[in-house]
Amino acid sequence: MARKILFITTDQQRYDTLRCNGGTVARTPVADRLAAEGVRYERAVPQSVVCMPSRSTIITGQSPSTHGVWMNGVPLPVDAPSVAEVLHEAGYRTALIGKPHFEPFLDPFNAFAENRFAGGEPVNGHRGFDHFIAATHGAAGSLAYSRFIQSEHPEVAGGFYPVLDGELEVNAMGGGETGMPQLWTNPIPKEWYHTDWCADQAITWLNGVSEEEDFFLWLSFPDPHHPQDVPSSELGRINWRDLDLPAAYPEDRLVREAILDAKPAHWRAWYDGTLVSNYEAPAKWVPATLTPDQIREFTAYNAIACELIGEAIGRVIASLEARGIADDVDIVFSTDHGDLGGDFGLAFKGPYHVDGLMRLPLIWRPSRSADIAPSVVTSPVGLIDLAPTFCAIAGIPVPQWMEGKPLPISDDDAEARKFERVLTEWDSELFGVAMHLRTITRGDWVLTTYLPGTTANGTEGELYNLVEDPNQFVNLWDDPASASMRTDLLDDLWAHQPKQLMPLRTLVAPV
Amino acid sequence: MTLGSIRHEIVIERSASTVWELAGDAGRLHEWFPGIVSLDLDGTKRTIHLAGGLSMPEDIVINDALARRFEYSISLPIFVFHRGTIDVISMGENRCMVVYACEADPRTMALIISGGCYRALQELKRQMELSTEAAN
Repeated sequence: MARKILFITTDQQRYDTLRCNGGTVARTPVADRLAAEGVRYERAVPQSVVCMPSRSTIITGQSPSTHGVWMNGVPLPVDAPSVAEVLHEAGYRTALIGKPHFEPFLDPFNAFAENRFAGGEPVNGHRGFDHFIAATHGAAGSLAYSRFIQSEHPEVAGGFYPVLDGELEVNAMGGGETGMPQLWTNPIPKEWYHTDWCADQAITWLNGVSEEEDFFLWLSFPDPHHPQDVPSSELGRINWRDLDLPAAYPEDRLVREAILDAKPAHWRAWYDGTLVSNYEAPAKWVPATLTPDQIREFTAYNAIACELIGEAIGRVIASLEARGIADDVDIVFSTDHGDLGGDFGLAFKGPYHVDGLMRLPLIWRPSRSADIAPSVVTSPVGLIDLAPTFCAIAGIPVPQWMEGKPLPISDDDAEARKFERVLTEWDSELFGVAMHLRTITRGDWVLTTYLPGTTANGTEGELYNLVEDPNQFVNLWDDPASASMRTDLLDDLWAHQPKQLMPLRTLVAPV
Repeated sequence: MTLGSIRHEIVIERSASTVWELAGDAGRLHEWFPGIVSLDLDGTKRTIHLAGGLSMPEDIVINDALARRFEYSISLPIFVFHRGTIDVISMGENRCMVVYACEADPRTMALIISGGCYRALQELKRQMELSTEAAN
């Protein structure tokens, strides 16, 4: 018997939503306990800040350049390498419960397997999973959670926020008390909401696995990704009026806009509503209209979603404890990318490689048999390192096609195994707008260089000192005193940047 | 919002006239467009039925065998505008290029249809190149 693996992800969760990471809004005792008992990573970085490329990195252990899912709407080939397949072949029972998103959701031709399983098509080890039961952010579509709501509780299906508007753009309609886009009062009972439903499905599946069997369960919560439409019964948990504004939101408009003006042009252009570079944020929303109260209300709803996830994870762990196997399980908790969350007067996500989107919660609570001491790792690690970590936990050699390394268990370990840099990519070409970013996170620094695109000619960039400027307000790209650091980081970035799969895979859907 | 516009193309090692026999036949779209399970054709009115359960009424706008151009418009209420075009362009005696383009308002619909068009061209090529006609 090897070590069992419970891999928990959320969607679009900021680093600072956890108390153990310094958060002050959501109460997150379950994650805090896992962190206290395990390894907490202070600089976990995604290889893409949108769902499909990032999730493809998690399952393949490869960079977007290598696995080829270069933007949302590009499916990961069904025969792409998968850590679940590796574990399955090693004898693990494998399941994915929750949000997969390796394939597009908008699928009128029913072309993608993820969208067909709930209709009765056999899973047949899809991507290495024996069991595959999917959910996303509401009750629309053909996934298992949608069918559950549509068939068992159709009266609440209309209570979710309509993620897309009548033109199938990400909806800009406002809700709540402040009119914040993608925020909504959802009357659904908590026990039918997708967070609890995913946990229920996980507990049911785990109870079908014997104590002697090894398992790899990827429990993938759709929240706290927008829309912010948590059950209305829970809204009393946090009064948004009591909340402070994010540290990276200067309330003075002139200060805020001066910070944006010192960044490459697409930052200010999106803020002003003159450029929409990507599909993932409401196209008809102008960020300059975002108010402090809207940010507060967003923060409260988002924090409630995080609390609900924490409690749901607590129930899953309790089910393992009740069977006496919780200590035999390695629990890894993370997310696919962050959320701008009001930073700089922006929200949602896009080609903006700053901490709101790039600094992620990551906790690894090893099984007791691993005898790994609790620690905090400050060296940069990537989501690309998760798949190799699962192999290491299972005692399986890391396949050559994986590009990451098993996560370090301490800073000494990180130094010994040369965890020095993490790379992040953004590529998008949508409705005539092209954006191409390459980023390196190393030591106290993060550098982004822009390849030629709609608003960039290839000379633009961003350079921030993460210690002296934790909010990334001061762009040092053109600072003469930082020129040698800029050159060094650029050289390092290009020396380690994987060759991009060409030709680019075809974009077949918006998301 | 701007109009959404997509274009896919593929080279098929068969003559343009051979490919046009299938690609230009309004009643046979479901034979090579994955995800379209059946269709009803009545003159210039066509309704396609998708695997996802949706049906789409269409108007056939152009079916020009000389130019080898087929053009149609989806008339679902969600579309303010739609135009789909299939061009079969000869590249020699036994080689042609098929171009499948789509323009739509709302623009997102062009992208949603795009995936189907891309897969349709792949399937058209597969079927054509499996056919018994000599490639030389």
